[in-house]
Amino acid sequence: MWRTQWQLVQGAITPYIFSVPTVLLTLLAVGLYALGWRRLAAQGRRPSWWRLLSFGVGVLLCYVVMHTQFDYYARFMFFMHRLQHMVLHHLGAFLIALSNPLPIFAAAFGARRFPRLALVWRPLRRLLFDPVVATVLFVGLIFFWLSPVVHFDAMLNLNLYELMNWSMLVDGVIFWLVILDPRDPDDARTSRFGVRFLMLLAALFPQILLGAYITFSDPGLYDVYAVCGRAWPMSAATDQVLGGIFTWIPPAMMTILGALVVLRLYVRHESKKGESHAPSADCPDHSGFRPGTGQL
Amino acid sequence: MPRRLIALTTLVFALALASCNNAPVSFHGKDITGVMPDLQFQLTGEQGQTVTEQRFQDKAVILFFGYTHCPDFCPTTLTSLAQALKKLPEQTREQIRVMFVSVDPDRDTPELLKKYTGYFGPRIVGLTGNKEQLDTLTKRYRTTYGYDEPDENGNYLVSHGLAMYGFDKQGKVHLFMRNDQPVDQIAEDLAALAGL
Repeated sequence: MWRTQWQLVQGAITPYIFSVPTVLLTLLAVGLYALGWRRLAAQGRRPSWWRLLSFGVGVLLCYVVMHTQFDYYARFMFFMHRLQHMVLHHLGAFLIALSNPLPIFAAAFGARRFPRLALVWRPLRRLLFDPVVATVLFVGLIFFWLSPVVHFDAMLNLNLYELMNWSMLVDGVIFWLVILDPRDPDDARTSRFGVRFLMLLAALFPQILLGAYITFSDPGLYDVYAVCGRAWPMSAATDQVLGGIFTWIPPAMMTILGALVVLRLYVRHESKKGESHAPSADCPDHSGFRPGTGQL
Repeated sequence: MPRRLIALTTLVFALALASCNNAPVSFHGKDITGVMPDLQFQLTGEQGQTVTEQRFQDKAVILFFGYTHCPDFCPTTLTSLAQALKKLPEQTREQIRVMFVSVDPDRDTPELLKKYTGYFGPRIVGLTGNKEQLDTLTKRYRTTYGYDEPDENGNYLVSHGLAMYGFDKQGKVHLFMRNDQPVDQIAEDLAALAGL
């Protein structure tokens, strides 16, 4: 009895196609995070458990959709593929960014500095975290990987498939990092809250339009699932309608959720400014990490 | 702002480049040279014997998945392939074999497969295997299959890929044809494949 149940679990968590980059990148992210966490805790600056929970659940969700049997269904059913990307680009990426992980990653390196790496990283970061670039990339990648010709190739070519999933995850995390950055824009020179609202708005409508277009188009828009066979005999029309709805509604809801978090950050910073104009001891430093407060 | 524009354009170009395929396309179908692994399998033949890729040495091979109870795509695709083969000169035809791999081994016995492929011509070979063998082969070529619930008569639908995969005489993959490719174009692609 227990053995059969264990076999079921084992079957479910076994990756459909083992991916070395996925394992290495996940281990690297988790390892660096754990190291940073330990260093901060040793200095008496342990971040809140909420942040750990948000990061952990985000990473776990992304891993599950990329590297278990879920991935098998995502490769052979369009609507499962849309669910996979919803987790990678929206839910998982959102939770990872919400946990404000960059200061913890930075703490993993301690006092060590990498001037050469910084030379490459800083302009890249400035570019990718630019509100216009981040929004265009966020929406552009959805459209790019969902254009039928590109989608067809990505589903046939293993390397392209992995590039698709990882680009969605990395891009999702970057977009949500810009949106959910908890630092005061005045101090940290990050995007202002109004700009973030506009970013969300700019990302929302193209996604709704695309989702509606897929939902109401004639079936067969993504014929790669017919050509390569579905995981079970579901009609192309049902698969596409479900896929369209999953492109349309949950991402739109995530955008609203993002807007609520931005609103909360805005109110908090404004009320803080109202209390005192002078910078106080617990103001965020430029690493974006505030010990003890456990803010997200 | 101009810097932003330049950066954006660079990114768009980088993405566009990533989607380009440099290989020259000489097929009507899709050229998938190098995208998937060489032909390799272990299956059961129409006489119940074990068959591997060795059987098709020095032959160009078209691989197609299906099942004999299939109401639509399998008979139409096999008919198209049979018609395309008929259009080719005898010498070219002799260099080509079609592998019809049944993903419904419970119903498709070697005898049934032999009878079924017999309708379509002597160069169409029926094969099947156990779940493990079929899973290995379908995974290798990025395809899958699944079963519906049986009705009261025990009949059930099977989902399977509709693509035809073309391998050259060395077993290297080159060609990916959709099931709705016109017969003339299939014939031309078969000839091109046999000439590689």
